[in-house]
Amino acid sequence: MAFAHKSLLGIAQLSTEDILTILSVAETFYEISERRIKKVPTLRGKTVVNLFMEPSTRTRASFEIAEKRLSADGINLSPSSSSTKKGETLLDTARNLQAMHPDILVMRHRAAGAPHFLDRHIQAAIINAGDGAHEHPTQALLDAFTIRRQGMPFGRLNVAIIGDIAHSRVARSNILCLTRLGANVRVCGPRTMLQPGLEALGATVCHRLDDALDGVDVAMALRVQLERFGGEALLPNAREYARQFGLNRKRLEHMKPDGLVMHPGPINRGVEMDPEVADGERSVILEQVTSGVAVRMALLYLMAGGSPDSVVKES
Amino acid sequence: MGDSLLIRGGRLLDPSSGLDLVGDLLIEDGLVAAVGDVGATKHLEELDAEGLLVTPALVDLHVHLREPGAEYKEDVRTGAAAAVAGGFGTVCCMPNTSPPNDCRAVTELILARAAEAGLARVRPVAGISMGLSGKGLTEVAELKAAGAVALSDDGHPVGDAGFMRRALEYASTFGMVVVNHCEELSLSRRGAVHEGEASTWTGLRAQPAAAEEVMLARDLLLVGLTRARYHAAHVSTAGSVALLRQAKSDGLPVTAEVTVHHLLLTDEACHDFDTNTKCNPPLRSETDRQACVAGVLDGTIDAVVTDHAPHSPNDKAVEFEDAPFGVIGLETALPALLRLVERDELSLEVLVARLTSGPASCFGLEAGTLAPGAPADVTLTDLSLRHTVRPEHFLSRSANTPFAGWEMRGRAVTTVVGGRAVYRWPDGLLPHP
Repeated sequence: MAFAHKSLLGIAQLSTEDILTILSVAETFYEISERRIKKVPTLRGKTVVNLFMEPSTRTRASFEIAEKRLSADGINLSPSSSSTKKGETLLDTARNLQAMHPDILVMRHRAAGAPHFLDRHIQAAIINAGDGAHEHPTQALLDAFTIRRQGMPFGRLNVAIIGDIAHSRVARSNILCLTRLGANVRVCGPRTMLQPGLEALGATVCHRLDDALDGVDVAMALRVQLERFGGEALLPNAREYARQFGLNRKRLEHMKPDGLVMHPGPINRGVEMDPEVADGERSVILEQVTSGVAVRMALLYLMAGGSPDSVVKES
Repeated sequence: MGDSLLIRGGRLLDPSSGLDLVGDLLIEDGLVAAVGDVGATKHLEELDAEGLLVTPALVDLHVHLREPGAEYKEDVRTGAAAAVAGGFGTVCCMPNTSPPNDCRAVTELILARAAEAGLARVRPVAGISMGLSGKGLTEVAELKAAGAVALSDDGHPVGDAGFMRRALEYASTFGMVVVNHCEELSLSRRGAVHEGEASTWTGLRAQPAAAEEVMLARDLLLVGLTRARYHAAHVSTAGSVALLRQAKSDGLPVTAEVTVHHLLLTDEACHDFDTNTKCNPPLRSETDRQACVAGVLDGTIDAVVTDHAPHSPNDKAVEFEDAPFGVIGLETALPALLRLVERDELSLEVLVARLTSGPASCFGLEAGTLAPGAPADVTLTDLSLRHTVRPEHFLSRSANTPFAGWEMRGRAVTTVVGGRAVYRWPDGLLPHP
């Protein structure tokens, strides 16, 4: 039986069962990256277009590596997208790509909902690699995968997400994903970074970091995205943010003793967390990156029509 | 001319005169001549209205006809055609054209086009400020003489409180009402959706209800200062309705309108990023929607409008945040509103009042009444006719409706303007005799 969704537009569309399916397929792909020859023929003959209309280094590299390890033909396009009406419309770009019959379109775009818009107009499966401040579902899935590989059961999990929740697609997707898996999620930051109504997504709101960290299994710090402020003063400066909401060794004492520290990257060292936390024994930040390749392999496989029950990955 | 028309046997409902009876409506020389039991007549053209609702033709205070400048979206003729297809006999068109309607020449152009079309009556709303820039008063007396019925900078809120004060004072000198689109731009930042559930789920930049309420509250204080006639365009929040209710009970000379889509839809409709749900003010919460309905019911809100805002498919087939604000509504307004009657949220009597006498009195229009001697603008509505909203069948040049595919019950079946039937369903526009 194939995966029930044509495209992966967001966590919002996924059931708990869908998420667990993706995680278990990712588990079977994880070991390929540890082989001496890191390549299987699973997606041979499939064409994947990586359409990154907003700058990205690590997400794009992660998808490219996942595609190569599955033997898919990956094409990279990074046309600029501006809101001014210069050049080709997004719809025309997508229709031109569709005319070349790709199987999967991986897309990142500055505008929330851009993948949903294209999904109504083209046949290729779409994987949302980040749309504005809306969703970043592959990041949330790789975060869940990382947590599960650390042996933590979701049902008793307490997670604190700290930072600019309002402007973060990572936060939105993670809240949806982790709560669907049964975890309790707290979000923490200054009120300028926490939009009203977050409770509707299933999160609990805290404004003091020590309250947010109290007894949690996972502390996930978000990048403070100074470029997203759009001219609005959400913070006095990075110094005050670091003092009030930055993770340091002392603050980690509020967490469970074996609690994990996560960050989707790239880190502003000294702002969201001290270097000794980022590089410390509780940090699984680089493990998140490794997990990302396995999760993206799983998604490419499922979106290409692969069965979750009998994963083909012999070399 | 001596032309006459007898509309026979319908339910005559005219809130302006308290009329609600089954009977006949006699029209002579383009004017209402008599209502009630007209009895046997001869040599008359007759319209059988048995089983139909007969009301004054509907009046819409807020439409965009896009001419001059954006005729690919709509022009005066197609807009007036859409109006009569929806049962509207009078529409007031906003000045945000290109060039904007801030001078006599543009007002006269629009009126000339409307006269050529010979469909709905088109009453232009002119700018408050030159170029809708918020600076420099327009020639109010001359615009009024040319045929403008109100003043508004439309989607450009008057941000400067001092200018608003002078505009209210100056306009009231000539008996013109000032209309404002209340939106404090430093708060709204032109957010694509309502700040609330829609923004929580979509991550789209959002505008809070307070962006509207801050400016409305300011305007109401300025009305207190100037005692000038003021009309609040498309209010959409519970807070705005409360402010208006208080202002009216304080005796301020204030009127207000709400759109059809704010009475029917909430921000939940935006979750799928359908750009045909993107409008300004944005679709709000269910609490706000209910407050607007309550405002319509108790008269805090005088008029229900469409804010008919045509955009071409090319304009709307883009990323949600890049799409222009606005939805069309002339051909769906009455069927959509009849749903509220069917759900017992509104009575038919109140609904007809807010679509006829209510709007007419906001701008002092000679319309929205079946009183003898009034212009014979009449709409015949079949309340039980079932139909599906098919944008490809619209007479409007655009199709950007949030109601596509909705199963509706009830619609206008004949629209009479100046004593002449100009539209009949399903035939369409009727040729001039």
